[in-house]
Amino acid sequence: METVLSLILIIITAIFVNNVVLAQFLGICPFLGVSKKVDTASGMGMAVTAVLVVATAVTYAIQKFLLDVYGLEYLQTIAFILVIAALVQMIEIILKKTMPALYQALGVFLPLITTNCCILGVAILVIQKDFNLLEGLIYACSTGLGFLLAMVLFAGLREQLDLVNVPKSFAGVPIALITAGLLAMAFMGFSGVDGGLKVIFGL
Amino acid sequence: MKYIKVLLNGIIKENPTFVLLLGMCPTLGTTSSAFNGMSMGLATMAVLIVSNFIISLIKQLIPDMVRIPSYIVVIASLVTVLQMLIKAYAPEVDKSLGLFIPLIVVNCIILGRAEAFAAKNNPLASIFDGIGIGLGFTIALTCLGAVRELLGTGAVFGQTLWGENYGMLMFVLAPGAFLVLGYLIVVFNKIFKKA
Repeated sequence: METVLSLILIIITAIFVNNVVLAQFLGICPFLGVSKKVDTASGMGMAVTAVLVVATAVTYAIQKFLLDVYGLEYLQTIAFILVIAALVQMIEIILKKTMPALYQALGVFLPLITTNCCILGVAILVIQKDFNLLEGLIYACSTGLGFLLAMVLFAGLREQLDLVNVPKSFAGVPIALITAGLLAMAFMGFSGVDGGLKVIFGL
Repeated sequence: MKYIKVLLNGIIKENPTFVLLLGMCPTLGTTSSAFNGMSMGLATMAVLIVSNFIISLIKQLIPDMVRIPSYIVVIASLVTVLQMLIKAYAPEVDKSLGLFIPLIVVNCIILGRAEAFAAKNNPLASIFDGIGIGLGFTIALTCLGAVRELLGTGAVFGQTLWGENYGMLMFVLAPGAFLVLGYLIVVFNKIFKKA
């Protein structure tokens, strides 16, 4: 029971309280870059979630069975980024062969994901926070869902922004950033929820 | 003359933060104070100068097919060295920047300059490009950090101007990063682009 509750706590914290984009500032580039339409935003969100889970599983294995065993922890950054880059390429090739429809939907976003810092960030955070494999995977998945949520909300707001007249020097990115600021302010309402849940769950 | 032009280009015309909008994650994530913003800017600048130099030196040796992975390996090695240096000599900087030091690897400014400038120009020009873009980034981050620190805590670089009682904590927290950067880009557009 206790493990289930602690997993639920990880999920709620990662999606709402410590939202990857709006509280931790990871993955801002795609958040600003591909959030003009709700469809593309949700596609990107799903692609990131999928890659996050696979990448976390692989980097976790590499850390535990290779780097830790041979005392190579200092190679973490290099090893992780290369593995992630190779992994994204592999996922792209596999998807193309086995699920062409999904590849059509996600295709454009996959190469971009390599340099999305939330993948490398989450891989490092899972090691830093000393999660076990199950907790790490749940954390990666809910971080991805948090990213998806922020993307879809923000894309919805930006679709509305297209309909209004914005002063010339605010047009484009500045007004998008200010909108994101207001969205982040809304998400600040969740702060402290994790502490409260911890008490309720008795952890 | 040419080198000074390359240098100024990075600070104003192709300012990575205000014009190119690259490297947004560290820009927003590490600027809770002027000092943090400046340390992040300088750390990125150090990696950028050395990576530009090395990539420009070895550009003939790298086959075109594998150039992006090779650049990433060069950048990741430099970041690892930097991470160890910061841990050893400035542990408090390491604490405040935290996760964002290893994440310099995926900062698109560095890979972007490698691809757009260092792969096409000689080593000396590449160094100047690194200094220019790095300075542009550092200035932008320091400005952003200073504004957030001032509005949030009433101090700049830890020097109290009007005391913490008048600070709006929100500006040190996440929403302030987005808001202040948005308004700073507006100011930059107004001054340099006459929008």
